[in-house]
Amino acid sequence: MSRLESPPPRATDVAAPSAAEIEASAPGEGGALLEVDHLVKHFPIKSGILIDREVGRVRAVDDVSFTVTRGETLGLVGESGCGKSTLSRSILQLIKPTSGSVRFDGRELVGLSARQMRPLRREIQMIFQDPYASLNPRRRVAQIIGDPLALHGVGSGTERQRKVQQLLERVGLSPEHYNRYPHEFSGGQRQRIGIARALALEPRLIVADEPVSALDVSIQAQIINLLDDLQNDFGLTYIFVAHDLGVVRHVSDRIAVMYLGKIVEIGPADAVYANPIHPYTSSLLSAVPIPDPRQNRAREPLVLEGDVPSPADPPQACRFHTRCPRATDICSELEPRLVDYGGGHWAACHHPIGHQDGEAKRLMGLAPPG
Amino acid sequence: MSAEPLLRVEDLQVHFHTDDGVVKAVDGVSFALERGRTLGVVGESGSGKSVANMTILGLTRSANAEISGRIVFDGRDLATLDAEGLQSIRGNEISMIFQDPLSSMHPFYKVGRQIVEAIEAHQGISRQEAGRKAVELLGVVGIPDPERRAGEYPHEFSGGMRQRAMIAMALANDPKLLIADEPTTALDVTTQAQILRLIERLQEEFEMAVIMITHDLGVIADVTDEVMVMYGGRVVEAGRRDDIFYNPQHPYTWGLLGSLTRVDRPRSARLAQISGQPPSLISPPQGCHFHPRCPHSFDRCTQVPALEQRTLTPGHVDRCWLEPERKQTLRVVSSGEIGLEEPAA
Repeated sequence: MSRLESPPPRATDVAAPSAAEIEASAPGEGGALLEVDHLVKHFPIKSGILIDREVGRVRAVDDVSFTVTRGETLGLVGESGCGKSTLSRSILQLIKPTSGSVRFDGRELVGLSARQMRPLRREIQMIFQDPYASLNPRRRVAQIIGDPLALHGVGSGTERQRKVQQLLERVGLSPEHYNRYPHEFSGGQRQRIGIARALALEPRLIVADEPVSALDVSIQAQIINLLDDLQNDFGLTYIFVAHDLGVVRHVSDRIAVMYLGKIVEIGPADAVYANPIHPYTSSLLSAVPIPDPRQNRAREPLVLEGDVPSPADPPQACRFHTRCPRATDICSELEPRLVDYGGGHWAACHHPIGHQDGEAKRLMGLAPPG
Repeated sequence: MSAEPLLRVEDLQVHFHTDDGVVKAVDGVSFALERGRTLGVVGESGSGKSVANMTILGLTRSANAEISGRIVFDGRDLATLDAEGLQSIRGNEISMIFQDPLSSMHPFYKVGRQIVEAIEAHQGISRQEAGRKAVELLGVVGIPDPERRAGEYPHEFSGGMRQRAMIAMALANDPKLLIADEPTTALDVTTQAQILRLIERLQEEFEMAVIMITHDLGVIADVTDEVMVMYGGRVVEAGRRDDIFYNPQHPYTWGLLGSLTRVDRPRSARLAQISGQPPSLISPPQGCHFHPRCPHSFDRCTQVPALEQRTLTPGHVDRCWLEPERKQTLRVVSSGEIGLEEPAA
């Protein structure tokens, strides 16, 4: 066993790549619309009666960098507790990040006041998971979709009404549904209302947090196709957060895989799915049963043991090493850097699948060149 | 063993009288399940898959429920049993596990205690012995350090561990049949894989039959022997798993298979989608319940097609009026792929 001369570096000592580095590795056509740089969100765990003392931190998002190119869909996957929802809410500044930067179209969002943020909210909208909880039951569809327009002072009353009716039609509902309440609609129809609301202000970026996971399979397909059409028609950029890896593959151009607050792999969708580099990505994919009995039988399943560790006390160095079938000593001593394996396919692993360990060392700058 | 299957359900009807009208939740469901086999029941919300299976255990009996049909389990008709008779079968010969293990357990009692209760209800053994058995069961389902975990409360368990504990409870009395209603829907994929492998292993060890109710065709492909597709309270197609996946006969099944996204396939241009909404169970469409959403419906579809064998494969039945030859051409089957149709315009 090789001994390291200095104590193992902690997460914060290891520089993750910046958004610019990731963007440069595989520049998209339209340039980056969103750049997330070294974003951190820690939630303090407090204890004490009179004085709140911080006794620990939940490291929900821990030094995450990535970019989203204009017109593309970035899929964000990972299991519950991996930080994907915290990350998407931090991007919208619905949660104030601990540190790091989020730039939208070149403008820094972190640190903006609510007032400064307001005009930007027109450009970044969100679609939520639960179409039952995300629509106000006491307001009519016209108000739900029209409120964002009124708040931002768009058009006169009659113009807004016409706009709402156009939106309803665009998302596949009837303009006569204008005066109904949410309870009069099915789950799929409600999700269409949520989408119409998100579209009302003609945003450029839509963050969709599990937009189809509460819906039945046949309705899921309707909503996915709708989102796809809207992207083509309006040139939208999506961040699509989901735990259903099949859905994410279908909708995404690029995929980021998260585990315990870190991006462990990011790259073009087909590359990540066909040739995963990180063992976590590989085991995640192999855990999904394929709806095709023969293909399913032909696969070699790789069942991960145990549960995801607590993000309040994540494992040292590589956070996946406690469950990883390829882990060795170095994985518990040194955090692997997210490095580029070519074509914009990045992974953070000492023992990458389909690559020599030496290559990982060289890319991380741990081995002398040559 | 006799040729009689472990469970035979005949023309099961479950109707609920409500203020809005009669909800025909289950409208003539028949099926059989052999010992040790796994039947997958697939369908969307409101298809009747859960109600049909809860009725087997008498869990839908209520003042406004009208239940008819036969439920022959191991020689006895459960539909005619009184509450006491059912009680002796529930959790004993037939066990059930549910989607959400947190709400299926009592939050105030320790996990071990809840399993002991299940054992004591059906076996005349001492509490100490039941306690030992509970710990042993927790070990069997793969809970590490079972002795300590038996003394913990459900909230101290993770989602996957809770589902394991539920399974331990369900196994407490060596059931002949386990009904699993969406047992992995609330779990992450890596945990789902663990639980599915566990159910498979235990099924072999305990020689149980399993009814796996799910909306996930991946789970169906993974663990079942036979599959039953439900729509609007009726079975629209049933058969051996591979018949359903590779030679599906009902346009609804085609739609389900076509609307799937898969991890092992690159992005296709567009998902096939079933347009429209699921039917109302209070005023369902005339005839075939699927015909208003079916791109291939014709005049005959306003009459109810019988659930019968229409292909050369014994045991493969469906409810569709289309000629089998015509279905072959309507369904675009490319080699090695699931028979899918093009998305309806």
